[in-house]
Amino acid sequence: MIDILIDIILLSFLAIIAIAIIRTRSLLAVIMLFSIFSLLSAGLFMVLDASDVAFTEAAVGAGISTVLMLATLALTKSYEEKPSSHRPWIPLLVVSVTAAFLVYGTIDMPPFGDPNAPAHQHVAPRYIEQGAKETGVPNLVTAVLASYRGFDTLGEVTVVFTAGIGVLLLLGGRQRRKKKKEKR
Amino acid sequence: MMEFILGHYNYWIVIFLMMLGFYTVISRGNMVKKIVGLNIFQVSVFLLYISIGNVSGGTTPIIAEGFTRYSNPLPHVLILTAIVVGVATTALGLALVVRIKEAYGTIEEDEIHDQDQSL
Amino acid sequence: MKHNLILRVIAKFLIPIIVLFALYVQFHGDYSPGGGFQAGVIFSAAFILYAIVFGLDTAERVVPPRVLQILASIGVLIYAGTGFVTLFLGGNFLDYNVLAEQPVAGQHLGILIIELGVGITVSSVMLLIFFTFAGRNRP
Repeated sequence: MIDILIDIILLSFLAIIAIAIIRTRSLLAVIMLFSIFSLLSAGLFMVLDASDVAFTEAAVGAGISTVLMLATLALTKSYEEKPSSHRPWIPLLVVSVTAAFLVYGTIDMPPFGDPNAPAHQHVAPRYIEQGAKETGVPNLVTAVLASYRGFDTLGEVTVVFTAGIGVLLLLGGRQRRKKKKEKR
Repeated sequence: MMEFILGHYNYWIVIFLMMLGFYTVISRGNMVKKIVGLNIFQVSVFLLYISIGNVSGGTTPIIAEGFTRYSNPLPHVLILTAIVVGVATTALGLALVVRIKEAYGTIEEDEIHDQDQSL
Repeated sequence: MKHNLILRVIAKFLIPIIVLFALYVQFHGDYSPGGGFQAGVIFSAAFILYAIVFGLDTAERVVPPRVLQILASIGVLIYAGTGFVTLFLGGNFLDYNVLAEQPVAGQHLGILIIELGVGITVSSVMLLIFFTFAGRNRP
């Protein structure tokens, strides 16, 4: 019971911080709020029994992505968001219609934490029963990540590598261009 | 009724966060704000998966003596990789923002549009 | 931040602990929460702290970006190479059973190796991205 209470409180905090992020105009404050948002969601993952995910989210969301956003802010030198000249009605309409459809979709969903939910019937029981025996690794998340879904993870690592190359291509070449200009 | 609300509260907050992120992306003109909105959207999807993977009375999926009920490890794996891939793609988006700033001198969508029109 | 004494002392104290923790997360990831992705991110966080406190040039002397570029590709190569090794040993692609005499030992070994590859790639790509962003407005 107590973890459902913590779950609900943390979720409400997340919603409040997200509203604050939208309403704040100072980009520095937005980034700091987003860092808090990530840290809270890491806590929430911990409550939801996903310690590996909580771990990653705490290091990535609250750490690295905040640093990267601050670096971008330092490069763009734009600390305040300008008020938009457009009316917000059309986006609001689109968002409310989408939200209504999504909420309608959740009515049929199995309740939160239901052990008989369809998501727990298919491959998960096999992982839980056989995983530790077949791979010799008690941490099932590592076992599934590296062994059962190794192909998938190879793809993910390649995506990370490709994104790194992309950033290098976009931002890595300035000094060379400057030197060329000096030669002329 | 109370049970229904408690059982679906996670999903509703996920939808709320998702729509807030979506609204930020389509209504705000500032590029950095758009990327923050995209990240909020992303976190809401993570929350949806982890909520689905949760089993009440279960524990973290690390096999240990004395526990028989574990939460579903599959959503954890998917989201774990998605977080790291997410930060890499966010970095790519931020790099594009920096290049846009260098090319146009601004990161506000309206001003960029005006500059394109006046050419 | 080069002249802030407290930050320098605390950072010098913290960085080895963070690196040690990253290594623990990397190699103990089979028994406790952790693995290549988390370890890579924590490892790069330690160096980002170093770069923020001691300056980018010092950090780039410790880990030159050229080395990071090579390391990032080596990580992916370790991962894919493990797949090809299992292929040549008679198994399927990324089927670790054939890596050792016992299938379970092979699985364990395979998981350790590819987690190492993931850790190397993730940590060097994250550091590379940070260095690229931070070095952009250098005079």
